[in-house]
Amino acid sequence: MAKVTIKVNGKNQTRTVEDRTLLVDFLRDELKLTGTHVGCDTSQCGCCTVHVDGRAVKSCSMLAAQAHGANVVTIEGMAKKGKLHPIQRAFSECHGLQCGFCTPGMIMATAGLLKDNPNPTEEEIYQGLEGNLCRCTGYINIVKAVKMSAKLLRGKAR
Amino acid sequence: MYSLSYVKAKSVKEAVAFLARNPEAKLMSGGMTLIPTLKQRLAKPTHLVDIARLAELRGISMNGGKLVVGAATRHQEVASSAVVKKAIPAVAYTASLIGDPQVRNRGTIGGSLANNDPAADYPAAVLGLGATVVTTKRSIAADDFFQGLFATALEEGEVILRVEFPLPKRAAYCKFHHPASGYAMAGVFIAQTAGGVRVAVTGAGPGVFRWKEAEVALSQNFKPAALEGLKLDASGLNTDIHADSEYRANLVRVMAKRALAKLTGKKS
Repeated sequence: MAKVTIKVNGKNQTRTVEDRTLLVDFLRDELKLTGTHVGCDTSQCGCCTVHVDGRAVKSCSMLAAQAHGANVVTIEGMAKKGKLHPIQRAFSECHGLQCGFCTPGMIMATAGLLKDNPNPTEEEIYQGLEGNLCRCTGYINIVKAVKMSAKLLRGKAR
Repeated sequence: MYSLSYVKAKSVKEAVAFLARNPEAKLMSGGMTLIPTLKQRLAKPTHLVDIARLAELRGISMNGGKLVVGAATRHQEVASSAVVKKAIPAVAYTASLIGDPQVRNRGTIGGSLANNDPAADYPAAVLGLGATVVTTKRSIAADDFFQGLFATALEEGEVILRVEFPLPKRAAYCKFHHPASGYAMAGVFIAQTAGGVRVAVTGAGPGVFRWKEAEVALSQNFKPAALEGLKLDASGLNTDIHADSEYRANLVRVMAKRALAKLTGKKS
């Protein structure tokens, strides 16, 4: 068993888990943060994307023990004081979702993309979201939402 | 995943000692191949020895006229490094094509080379540039390091410390990626080096290899047209549901021509 302490959404969380526990299972089963989804469980769909020390990663492809001492942000950590994060607002306003299953991962991947590239071209958005699949194929509005997110974060829209 | 123990090594020395005492333990760097493999129960190590965050294995620098990349340096760090972009832009570009952004944020050059997936990108750059893989035991030339399907010159308990890239006159990589997996169906890295032209091919065969005929042709005429009449021998190349060996042989030539076009600005 491994004693793991991870700062999740600003709060230190310590649990003793099996060494083989995946980070996504730590988040969902131990902390009940079920906004992070398991879509494919094979590192392809990106539904489980969270940020570890400021970088977007697939939480189904790393162990909780590897994140010991790290700073993790999940979709639950995006809204502040009941106010949606600009990326969440953009996904809502652009209807950047159909069934919504991939949305938490899309939003976390978008946050990662815009951190590195605050003003991406359409092609750069495609590449930036390459690790995320939408099973409804609702990509058109997702790309719109990313564009609006970029504008909001650059302070250029409303 | 089978039950196992996770061990975070405090140094490379400690990791090597641990591996010596535990023959069924496995090193882990970014884990981008290893964890999915474990989840499919295709491997059953007793321990995972994590070396991904060791400072002694991380970092990018110029040393003695060579570009030096620490084994635990992540793909994203290589892709965005000003030092790499200045020294060998083709290496930064190669790193930027690996997997997807999330994978590039975890995966490391040492992990990729030690795994030697036949469709991985880094082996093409390392072989194409004639780089040197420095381990806890020795320095291994790229030509000796890669030994076919998931096989390398690494011995039990030998750990990659860094990769040293000699600077080429110029180099380029071109890859036809599988649209679902992102892996190379064929990827060609071409470099004009002090020792001549080198052409390394990934994704098409059971492991990365040099296309010697193309190297000879390009030494005489470094233009896409030099590859026009050449045909890569398809025997031994991969055949799967995505492409047969003949298709891949042609794809290699097309990728080589595109890489050359990037370097020379000429289409033919």
